[in-house]
Amino acid sequence: MAYVPLADQDQDMEMHHPHSWVEKYVWSQDHKVIAIQYGGLAVLTGIVGLVLSLLFRMQLGFPESVNFVDPNFYYQAVTMHGMIMVVYFLTALFLGGFGNYMVPLMLGARDMVFPFLNMMSVWTFLISVIILMASFFVGGGPTGAGWTLYPPQTTMAGTPGHDAGIILMLVSLAVFVVAFTMGGLNYVVTILQYRCRGMTLMRMPLTIWGIFVATVLGLFAFPALLVACIMMMFDTVLGTSFFMPAVLESGTPLDYEGGSPILFQHLFWFFGHPEVYIVALPAFGLVSDVLSVHARKNIFGYRMMVWAIIAIGGLSFIVWAHHMYVSGMNPYFGFFFATTTLIIAVPTALKVYNWLLTLWEGDIRLNAPMYFAIGFIFTFIHGGLTGLFLGNVVIDLPLSDTYFVVAHFHLVMGVSPILVLFAALYHWYPKISGRMYNETMAKVHFWFTFLGAYAIYLPMHYLGFLGVPRRYYALGNTDFIPLSAQDLNSSITIAALIVGASQILFFINIIGSLKWGKKADPNPWGAASLEWQTPDTPPVHGNWGENLPTVYRWAYDYSVPGAAEDFIPQNVPESEAAAAQDAKSPESNGE
Amino acid sequence: MGLIKTITEKPWERKGVIGGMAPEGTFAAESERVALTFFLVIATVVFSLFMVSYYLRMELPDWEPLSEPAQLWFNTGLLIASSVLFQWSRNIVVRGHTRNLYTSFFGAGVLAILFIVAQMVTWNHLQAGGFYLSSNPAIAFYYLLTGLHALHLIGGLWVWSKCAIRLTSGGEPGEVRLSIQLCTIYWHFLLLVWIVLFAILANT
Repeated sequence: MAYVPLADQDQDMEMHHPHSWVEKYVWSQDHKVIAIQYGGLAVLTGIVGLVLSLLFRMQLGFPESVNFVDPNFYYQAVTMHGMIMVVYFLTALFLGGFGNYMVPLMLGARDMVFPFLNMMSVWTFLISVIILMASFFVGGGPTGAGWTLYPPQTTMAGTPGHDAGIILMLVSLAVFVVAFTMGGLNYVVTILQYRCRGMTLMRMPLTIWGIFVATVLGLFAFPALLVACIMMMFDTVLGTSFFMPAVLESGTPLDYEGGSPILFQHLFWFFGHPEVYIVALPAFGLVSDVLSVHARKNIFGYRMMVWAIIAIGGLSFIVWAHHMYVSGMNPYFGFFFATTTLIIAVPTALKVYNWLLTLWEGDIRLNAPMYFAIGFIFTFIHGGLTGLFLGNVVIDLPLSDTYFVVAHFHLVMGVSPILVLFAALYHWYPKISGRMYNETMAKVHFWFTFLGAYAIYLPMHYLGFLGVPRRYYALGNTDFIPLSAQDLNSSITIAALIVGASQILFFINIIGSLKWGKKADPNPWGAASLEWQTPDTPPVHGNWGENLPTVYRWAYDYSVPGAAEDFIPQNVPESEAAAAQDAKSPESNGE
Repeated sequence: MGLIKTITEKPWERKGVIGGMAPEGTFAAESERVALTFFLVIATVVFSLFMVSYYLRMELPDWEPLSEPAQLWFNTGLLIASSVLFQWSRNIVVRGHTRNLYTSFFGAGVLAILFIVAQMVTWNHLQAGGFYLSSNPAIAFYYLLTGLHALHLIGGLWVWSKCAIRLTSGGEPGEVRLSIQLCTIYWHFLLLVWIVLFAILANT
């Protein structure tokens, strides 16, 4: 087959230039507009998830204080909160939002490889969100089966939303998988094929490595969710028995026979565990770049960071059954999964050490993004350590249905990625909007969010040790739960309300700064990676003007000894860097 | 490209432009081809997960083996013929010829459509024989897997029809070369999937 010089092809890429406002901002094929559409939609969905969590927290902290939160609504809110946050908020924001924005800019490309497919992806995502939200308005309401949707209870009377709600949920998930696959193919092929001259794989910023491996995980893990959804849909609508065992409903036997609910659990978690890393890996990448820029140091152990990302990605496919220790599995099976789970702690810990060592003796600039990035290191270490407890079968068994698990996964995959999201949003805000945000307000936002998150989740560990069960609408009169546990629950709810309300600061800041923010410098942080070197801020359609950039170095040349400035952008050739150094040296001799 | 070599290089030591116009690590292939390769891997994952479910479900006590209808051998023949014709049209277009291009290319698509029709006829026969989706798990898997396979084929036919329109509206064969090549790969993949499906469905 003929050799195609790809960078050439890229240079002359046919751009689909918009002709009207609608084509520019609605049916746009520009990756940056699509990124903002994806991100905006994910954030709107996330706000719904946040409000739901505050509602059921009210019930837990102050039972029966909100009159429409009855047991049915409670379960529906918990279910929708979980599903929205994991899939429609975090996955969509990290990959659809940041993936779309960063991939072409950081690689020096004009756009994604398949811009039309990219546009299809965001609109398909919108359809899946609409279907999901429609379930609030159908008879019976949304499904209340828990975000894991375990059969048989999911589709049986007694579970809220067992008729229309669950069907809409399954359809919405299937549509989401299609949307994700269209976007994911784009990111992967763009990263492999559309890098500019000189941008080797090992010169890519860690953000891109995180997005790349996470996308590959997503492409291979989401099919498991799709398969599970299709088979459950058949069971629900067409009366097959893939997952449904012979079962009684209010004393009457149903028409099902012999299906395996455990099979669903395997399929679900074969998707569900990699999903954790689909969210975490882009976060790892983004936070590495933020830490390195604001510490004015190259990221410590770049190669190991890349290897760790790849290793975590690979291992994440062989740990899924640690979510199923209580399903009555073979103990040898449990032992295998406990082992792989603990092994995954090795590359993860390696990343944590590397972040800390990046800070070590750095010229740290404590800007708001750095606050959030360092906050992430704290919450990630805490959440990660409790993962070591839960990875062991014997410790997991007594804890698995308690608030300990809630505390663990919220710290590690809720709070931690969200702190990274805020770090990244503040960090790239000047490039995306062309304006500076308000630094003071951002820092106040940080302290509310960071301390508030601890006020919420730290006490949950104690509740878990007491044996307070999760998923319960009300605790009732139970001897082993002291009355003081209720006080703790109330304080958690108060903290949650404060944290929820404090997010308004973030929205005021980013929306207000669009109008009143100071005009941003093209490269306010002095970052070396390519997205800060665009000719326009914010970058225009096509990103690079006449000529694509050429890359001469990696993305982490900070505080290079003898260099004129404390960073050398990726697109500065050796000769220029040397010239700048010469120009500087007489001056420094004179001092 | 030597993955190990790539990921063990020390980016902080090497300066300057590496790899000339195409950076190291890019595949010397069209982006569409790379995308198709990824898509085939994803489709393989989907089918494999269904097959794993099939085998796990088979071990449960209520499993009743299904005797496959004999028509399936005929249907398989149609799909093989479709694949062969696609290969033929690919060979023609790669060599830059045009002779027999229409025959082979349109023949391939028509045979694929016939395959889908034949699959639906088989479904009807099964329904007429009282084998409904909910009668037993083996038959449910049969409908599910054949349906999924047919859906993939319909997706392929959509690309085929776009390509056919370009050909009939006076497009040069050179313009559709890549489409025909990729269609051929996709068709061979679906033939392979079908043969595996047929084997495991027959092997209960």
